Amino acid sequence: MATFGNLSDRLADTFRNLRTKGKLSPADVDGTVREIRRALLDADVALDVVKDFTGKVRERALGDEVNKALNPAQQVVQIVNEELIAILGGEARRINFAKKAPTVIMLAGLQGAGKTTLAGKLAKWLAKDNHTPLLVAADLQRPNAVQQLQVVGGQAGVAVYAPEPGNGVGNPVKVAKDSIKWAIDKQYDVVIVDTAGRLGVDADMMKQAADIRKAVDPDEVLFVIDAMIGQDAVATAKAFQAGVDFTGVVLTKLDGDARGGAALSVASVTGRPIIFASTGESLDDFEPFYPDRMASRILDLGDILTLIEQAQGAFDEEEAKKVAEKFRTDSFTLEDFLGQMQQLRGAGSLKKMIGMLPGAGAMREQLDNFDEREIVRTEAIIQSMTKAERQNPKLLNGSRRVRIARGSGMTVTDVNQLVQRFEQAAKMMKTVARGGVPQIPGMGPIPGAGFAGRGKVQPKKKGSKSGNPAKRAVENAALASGEKLPGAAGAGSGGGSGFGLGSGSGAGADAGAAGGPSEKELESLQKFLRR
Amino acid sequence: MAERNSWSLSGALRGMFAKKTIDDETWDDLETALITGDFGIDVTDQIVGDLRTKVSRYNTTDPKDLQRMLRETLEERFSKLDPTLKLTERPAVVLVVGVNGVGKTTTIGKFAKFLGNYNRTVVVGAADTFRAAAVEQVATWAERAGAHIVRPQQEGQDPASVAFQTVEYAKRNNIEIAIIDTAGRLQTKGGLMDELTKIRRVIEKQAPVAEVLLVLDATTGQNGLLQAEAFIEHAGVTGLVLTKLDGSAKAGFVLAVQERTGIPIKLIGQGEGINDLTGFTPHVFVQNLIG
Repeated sequence: MATFGNLSDRLADTFRNLRTKGKLSPADVDGTVREIRRALLDADVALDVVKDFTGKVRERALGDEVNKALNPAQQVVQIVNEELIAILGGEARRINFAKKAPTVIMLAGLQGAGKTTLAGKLAKWLAKDNHTPLLVAADLQRPNAVQQLQVVGGQAGVAVYAPEPGNGVGNPVKVAKDSIKWAIDKQYDVVIVDTAGRLGVDADMMKQAADIRKAVDPDEVLFVIDAMIGQDAVATAKAFQAGVDFTGVVLTKLDGDARGGAALSVASVTGRPIIFASTGESLDDFEPFYPDRMASRILDLGDILTLIEQAQGAFDEEEAKKVAEKFRTDSFTLEDFLGQMQQLRGAGSLKKMIGMLPGAGAMREQLDNFDEREIVRTEAIIQSMTKAERQNPKLLNGSRRVRIARGSGMTVTDVNQLVQRFEQAAKMMKTVARGGVPQIPGMGPIPGAGFAGRGKVQPKKKGSKSGNPAKRAVENAALASGEKLPGAAGAGSGGGSGFGLGSGSGAGADAGAAGGPSEKELESLQKFLRR
Repeated sequence: MAERNSWSLSGALRGMFAKKTIDDETWDDLETALITGDFGIDVTDQIVGDLRTKVSRYNTTDPKDLQRMLRETLEERFSKLDPTLKLTERPAVVLVVGVNGVGKTTTIGKFAKFLGNYNRTVVVGAADTFRAAAVEQVATWAERAGAHIVRPQQEGQDPASVAFQTVEYAKRNNIEIAIIDTAGRLQTKGGLMDELTKIRRVIEKQAPVAEVLLVLDATTGQNGLLQAEAFIEHAGVTGLVLTKLDGSAKAGFVLAVQERTGIPIKLIGQGEGINDLTGFTPHVFVQNLIG
């Protein structure tokens, strides 16, 4: 059914037909534009924005630039990408800090958009950047919003200014106003004012928000909006723009499966940039919003830059070099592998990382089924080995394997599979480390100026530290294991954990040469490569 | 807020029905109105096509007729399912689920009050042990509604065990209805969805679950469908609750949800006050929708 599958999937489908053509007729363009329209509407992009957008795309697609291009279909992809970026705000924007501290940031939005959680995330993020943020509890409406902010503040390790108990008691305007004085006194350099959720149609509450804005004279007013919002995004955004004249937008709940629509609508209708994206319930699931990446994500070009950054954050460069060396010299052991896996887990959810890879749209379903605990099980097996065994898997005879299986709560078959797959993976890694090209699937067929530039960055980074292919292989491994067994326990899942390694070698090598990929895997690989 | 009228579906439709005859523009306007009401492109196409056929069959050019037909069509489609709550068991266990920030906790507060108005005794189980201060929030609501509350004994307690204790408490104290709050979860989080299945399973060791209410935010767009499908699969949803209808959103997507899944809308929430919860009446709902 049309409604299932999101914007990325839909556009990918549309473009797949387009790519095979050498020439574009006006009818092709019309058909494509219709598909884009449908896809955008299904993704909750506001109708006016859709009309505008498709109009521009059609005009440009019929123009000379397309017909002169070598590959018209690619040119259309390029146009759509450019237009998306243009709407999403062109360049990424950062927070404007005040020249004289404190910088005041006010949050506003509908009920349940995620303001309080976001306040905590923002504070934590700023604190990491050596700021001293102060959270201000100006949501005195919702029961126990004040307590929630206090708990969140505690988790983020930042101070909370909450003079009023909330639950309808106290004047938020006064709290906000006093907080600034307090911040100056106590020398906090950023003040984050959390306000109550309010509806765009609620005149009284909008007035109150405007009053808070007046009282604190913020440097940034961030409009927090749920990525799942529908057509109402436009009306709501307009109301908040009229009410509090926000300076930037934060998109929350991007970890769900609704993702394009609201961002496009709000940015397009208000002309205000989206500054941050919030992608999970943990206080660390927060990142600056990159318009070009979001556009790529919508177009299913993946989000490689974010991925690299996250991986780099968690990956110790030195460690990565050592691992690469080990690959080359064939001395990569199970112990190294364990270390890598643990580093990876530090990088955040594997699922999230895989989701950012180009072409991952097609595998979203498998991704959903993937159980991150598989990694834990694999870890358990390795941890049940002695040091000597980890360094030299050849030691593992029958009785040792029985012991390991018992120690890790798995079966001997699982252990066997793990060892076998590990050996295959190590072999494959060796080729990669020696100069084989570990392509990223999906990167190839999509040129286009904006993207090509990034394409160059990628291999360079990889050359410097070939830990990346390893990581990628592990991810793919994880993916494949998830695909085989949707979260079941017992023998089956054990098989998966071991199995994961093998298919990692397959997917990592990008040709599916190693391992014994199942039919389903092959299919997903092919999907992967078709992009 | 002078724009207020132009937001609502009735505003968009008014211009269309005020005209003398039905022309191409009328159909465009109708389509626009339905799409902006979040009905989704498929349902919109169906309704527009359906009405086009009817209009040509009855050979009418009067927009008034079209308006009546639109109302009839929507009403008919909305009222296909039975919106009554089934709370006959004792205790009747009601599990409330949904994604983050749709208003589950608020709905529970209002629902407890709603049941209290019918002289039912209610206990609320604070099984959202994940979100900061969620327990306090639901406790405040329970207090306002005059309901009992079962809190987790320690922080981060397994929600299933809180649910279990709530039902146990209801049985022990002869309380008629047990409402169980759960943490908001995005439908894409497999592990969290499994947790719901577990909560349900654990409750059923004590008493059958009378209703599983999925709370949907009226501002949600087409993603509401995906939410419903996932929650139905994992928690066996028996009814929908539509919240935040006091805003400018029209929540047209619920029609698709109801039709696609066969799960009826049972309650609607229209404000932050404790009495702002009512049963779902298709007639009234459509009346509000198209004016």
